[in-house]
Order: sequence, then structure tokens, then C-alpha cells
Amino acid sequence: MSGTGKGPNGWFKLQEANVSFDHPFNAPLDHAINIDFVNEKEGLGARVAVEITADSARRLVDAILAALEQGKKYRLEELESGT
Amino acid sequence: MYETNKYEGMIAETVGIKGYNGDTVYAYFARPLGEGPFPGIVIVPHLPGWDEFYKETTRRFAHHGYLAICPNINQRFGHGTPEDVAAKARAEGGVSDDSVVGDSEASMEYLRSLPNLNGKVGVFGTCSGGRHAFLVACRSNGFDAAIECWGGRVVMSKDELSAGQPVAPIDYTADLSCALLGIFGEDDSSPPPAQVDQHESELKNHNKDYEFHRYPGAGHGFFYYDRPAYRQEQAMDGWGKIWDFLGRKIG
Repeated sequence: MSGTGKGPNGWFKLQEANVSFDHPFNAPLDHAINIDFVNEKEGLGARVAVEITADSARRLVDAILAALEQGKKYRLEELESGT
Repeated sequence: MYETNKYEGMIAETVGIKGYNGDTVYAYFARPLGEGPFPGIVIVPHLPGWDEFYKETTRRFAHHGYLAICPNINQRFGHGTPEDVAAKARAEGGVSDDSVVGDSEASMEYLRSLPNLNGKVGVFGTCSGGRHAFLVACRSNGFDAAIECWGGRVVMSKDELSAGQPVAPIDYTADLSCALLGIFGEDDSSPPPAQVDQHESELKNHNKDYEFHRYPGAGHGFFYYDRPAYRQEQAMDGWGKIWDFLGRKIG
């Protein structure tokens, strides 16, 4: 994964995103889609955590895909190069 | 039974034990003050790891007169806040069964090294910790009682098996070496009621000493007072079952 995330100690480069359907730590749900944006090279605290409902996750996927479609029209080259 | 004119005292602190593979592992050890002898209990964490609920539960056992020890089974994943360490463990597919058994046995041996142990040690866990408690009670001979609270994935399909969890715990049932107390919510999906029935059927087939309690109106994790799943009436009855069971088996 290429990009940055903002954790408890500020911005850090992202290394990967871990996605699971499991019991959340905080969200008041039995199960949730848990997404952890992390960079282990910067320690276990370099983590942006999200715990959302399955429905929210689907909407997020749709929103990301819609944004990518929009990017195709206007700034595809920039999106693909990651600049 | 506690009465107000009795002395009470407790120490709760971090200790180091030689865990699985000879690794030094931290453990949270809570014990009542006094000569004892006291029964012992190993508390095996669930997926969220060495979290506040498990620390408080460790002190709860000490409050009720047990030498209680809770190893940090996620320690090989590194140090950080319990949630960050648990997130790393989750990303890696969880802690391996061998590692859990090793750290739990080391905790049991630590308790057995103490002069104020009454010679009996139990093992307790909830959720994946409940699975761990059952697993440990099957794979180790050093325990005298086991408490499995809603152990998820005791029953596992072949595609759920992995290098770290190569055998479904239910397949170890013949090796269960002590009495088992099982506590489950009827609305739970992990384990679902059908898997609890399957688990019980296997215990019956092997003539094991066990008792299962299924609670209506309760789902997964109904002891967790910091979660919406908490069910006060069922949880308090469940704790009553635990004190009764432990009193008979190791008290």
C-alpha cells in the first residue's frame, strides 16, 4: 500500500491495510469489518483503526469505486502514479 | 463467605515466567494476601489480548480467593497498547495453539511452584480464550478444572484449520484431563447453538466430567460489562455457576 495515514503520533507512511470480519475492540457490534492501516516498521502504534458495520463497509467500497471512476475522467494519470 | 469483620488484602502485579519455547513472557498475577493455601487459576486471554477486562477478571478471581495468573499470550507480536498488539496478532491469524498451550502450562507451573497453592489449578477463558481453556485442558495434564465461556471455533471446518491451529479442539476431546464447565449464550453465533450441541455430544461420547449451561436472551460475550452484549442477569448467574464449580473441583 502506498500513501499516508494519521495515527496518534501524526502522519506516517502506510505499509499495508489489514481487513477482517471479527469482533471489534470498540464499536458496539458483535462483529464488524475491521480495517487497520499500519506500518510495522514504525511500531505497532503506527495504526489507523476503523471498525464499521458490514453495510457501512459496502458503502465505503462503493464510494471508493465511485471516486476512482471520477478520477478516471479527470486525473487518472495522477491516481495511477500515486503522485 | 466474606463478612465485614474479616481482613482482606490483595497484590496484583506483573511477573515474568518462562513460557512457550523458553521465551520470557509477562504475566499479570493477582493473589490474596495470607498463608493460604489457595487454589490457583490460569486465565487465558481472548483475541483482544491482555486487555483491561482480563486484568480485572484476574483480580476478580483473586478477590474470590484464587491465586490468579494471566499470561500475555500475544507477547511474541511485540509491545504496544493491548489493542495495537492484538491488532497485529489478528493480522497474523492469531496466536498459535502450541504457543497458547506452552504459555498456559508455564503459568500453571508457576502457580505450582508457590508454597501457598492448595495443589489444585484451574484454567479459564472467554471467546477464543474459552477455546484456549478447553484446548489447554485437553493437551495438558496439569489442570484440575476448566471453564470454557462461549469458546468460538472449538468446532472447526477443514478450511478453518491453519499452520498455527492445525487441529480443531473438539478432536482432542478424548484427551480432556479434568472436569469442564461450559457457559454459552443461546443467541451466540460464535459458537452457534448447533456447535455447542456437537461439543456436548462429543463430551458425552467420551464419558467426560462436564456441565454445560446455555443462557436464553444472551449472545456472544455476555459477561463483558463494557460491551452492549452484556446481560446482567445471565452474567451474574454464570459467575455463580463458576464459583460453585470451582469450589467443588479445586476449592
